[in-house]
Amino acid sequence: MRFRQPLVGLLAVGAIWGLGFLLESNLNAYIVRVIVNCGIAFILAMSLNLVNGCAGQFSLGHAGFMAVGAYVSAALTTLVPWAFFQSSVGVGVAVVIGATFAGVAGYLVGLPSLRLKGDYLAIVTLGFGEIIRIVFLNIEAVGGPRGLPGIPSRSDFFWVFIWVFATFLILGRLIRSSYGRVILSIREDEVAAESMGVDVTHYKVVAFAISSFFAGVAGGLFAHYQGFIDPNSFNFNRSVEVVIMVVIGGMGSLTGSILGGLIVTALPELLRVFEKYRMMIFPAILIVMMLVRPRGLLGHFEIWDLLPSFGRLRRRPVSRLKESVTK
Amino acid sequence: MREFAQIIVNGLAAGSVYSLVALGYTMVYGVLQFINFAHSDIFMLGAFTGIYLAAWLGWLQPPLLLFAVVTLGAMVACTAIALLVERIAYRPLRSAPRLNVLITAIGVSLFLQNAGQVIFGADPRVFPSILATRALFEDGLVVNNIQVTVILVSLLLMAGLHWVVHRTKIGTAMRAVSYDFEIASLMGIPTDRIIIFTFVIGSALAGSASILYGLSYPKVEPLLGVVIGLKAFVAAVFGGIGNIVGAAVGGIIIGLAEALVVYYISSSYRDAISFAILIVILLFKPAGLFGTLRREKV
Repeated sequence: MRFRQPLVGLLAVGAIWGLGFLLESNLNAYIVRVIVNCGIAFILAMSLNLVNGCAGQFSLGHAGFMAVGAYVSAALTTLVPWAFFQSSVGVGVAVVIGATFAGVAGYLVGLPSLRLKGDYLAIVTLGFGEIIRIVFLNIEAVGGPRGLPGIPSRSDFFWVFIWVFATFLILGRLIRSSYGRVILSIREDEVAAESMGVDVTHYKVVAFAISSFFAGVAGGLFAHYQGFIDPNSFNFNRSVEVVIMVVIGGMGSLTGSILGGLIVTALPELLRVFEKYRMMIFPAILIVMMLVRPRGLLGHFEIWDLLPSFGRLRRRPVSRLKESVTK
Repeated sequence: MREFAQIIVNGLAAGSVYSLVALGYTMVYGVLQFINFAHSDIFMLGAFTGIYLAAWLGWLQPPLLLFAVVTLGAMVACTAIALLVERIAYRPLRSAPRLNVLITAIGVSLFLQNAGQVIFGADPRVFPSILATRALFEDGLVVNNIQVTVILVSLLLMAGLHWVVHRTKIGTAMRAVSYDFEIASLMGIPTDRIIIFTFVIGSALAGSASILYGLSYPKVEPLLGVVIGLKAFVAAVFGGIGNIVGAAVGGIIIGLAEALVVYYISSSYRDAISFAILIVILLFKPAGLFGTLRREKV
């Protein structure tokens, strides 16, 4: 097994590269654009899933950390007069630096606010998200309310989906590790976890920081795909959008988050035939969904838990932990 | 000194509108324990009702009568929409996890915003000046009749609410339901009817607030509710969510703080200050200014 893993990784990278090449040469630019936006949404949804779905902490400020990643990386590639940052690799480095800043911001925000619970936590994260946005709105160096134009458009299908793959791999591994089990135990019963000696706040804050890191990655990719960012791209509605992805897909399910990201990003495009009414249809679907399938499309399950034919790929579903913890 | 008095008056006028909206949030939270995100959009629909009513009944004299009729109309319209929302979206979820209700509320909010954009168009509309603006003091202090009306009407409504909640039978039942939903229903309190009553009062207050807001800031658009709703909600949490006095005081404090920030720092930090205050308060007093924390038990 151990020798096969790098090989599988290489194969996946090759497959993503090949697929990107095929898509970009065969499909029209609009469809490729929707697909890349879906990829960015996947990263956002998977990262928020760690906090909202796995740790069971309700965060409404994800767009703020996306903004940190986007602004820091875009500032590096547009404002720093060093040619390296305009190259493909340089942009990659800038995205990682931006994401690190976002992770640190997540840690700093999480430290005080994750002591709160439920709706209070939701509101405080919302508040922090808005404050981060308003701070960028007031920094003239990155354009203030006018936004930051002229960002090198270096991220494409390949880079975005490499990150989707990496996020999926890292977060999937994390949840199966002992660290991840502890995070799940907090969702299942915080009081019980605490009495077992779990430093609940510490685990919550770490989960929050990791989640913010990947939100920052999504932000950096977004900035270098659009070529232009302004504070309004990271408003409250963006945070809500990501929460909706996680909830539609199923809280705590990585593949569910991907499904949710696909639905939230691609469905409005498919509904374009309804013209201006499409924006009314979408929330209506959300409401109906909550009424008829309250646990999201996949619930706690991953896609392969529901497809028996996957056989060998089947792993012990995360959701089964529930019995072992509560009993 | 005169400038300071001016800031205080501006802050009070803005804050009393926040208070009225915050009351709706806090009452629904008190009874049902969820953030009614759609509340702010019901406020927005109230403002549009005001625009259409004022255009339709523009011949009514004197202006004060027109103001009263338009306000009542907006209150009725808001109540009707809120009841519809409660019946269709919230009631079927009475026993669902709270997160689901929250997401549903967000869905309703998005629906109303987008429906507003389809029906009224995305461009801002001018709210008719039902009451002609008239300065009351001439010696530099700019206090006009609108600000005084806003503050007085809000105070009147809040006093009325206080009376209903503390002096009537249905108000007592409301407090009982918010204290303990299940026990209240065991004691024979018709909880569904109390919830409806709560929505009626909360949205009627939002309706009146929307007219008062329209008078002071005559620019109305379908996304109007977003910012006001967030601030009003912050005000409610600030005062201790579920606590009626807290929401009223919280709204006033947020309004004052904003006025001070706009004058002394910069208007672009206006929206950040309410969140900053909120975060500081929650870190030191996690249940808000007047709230009591219920400890979670195993």
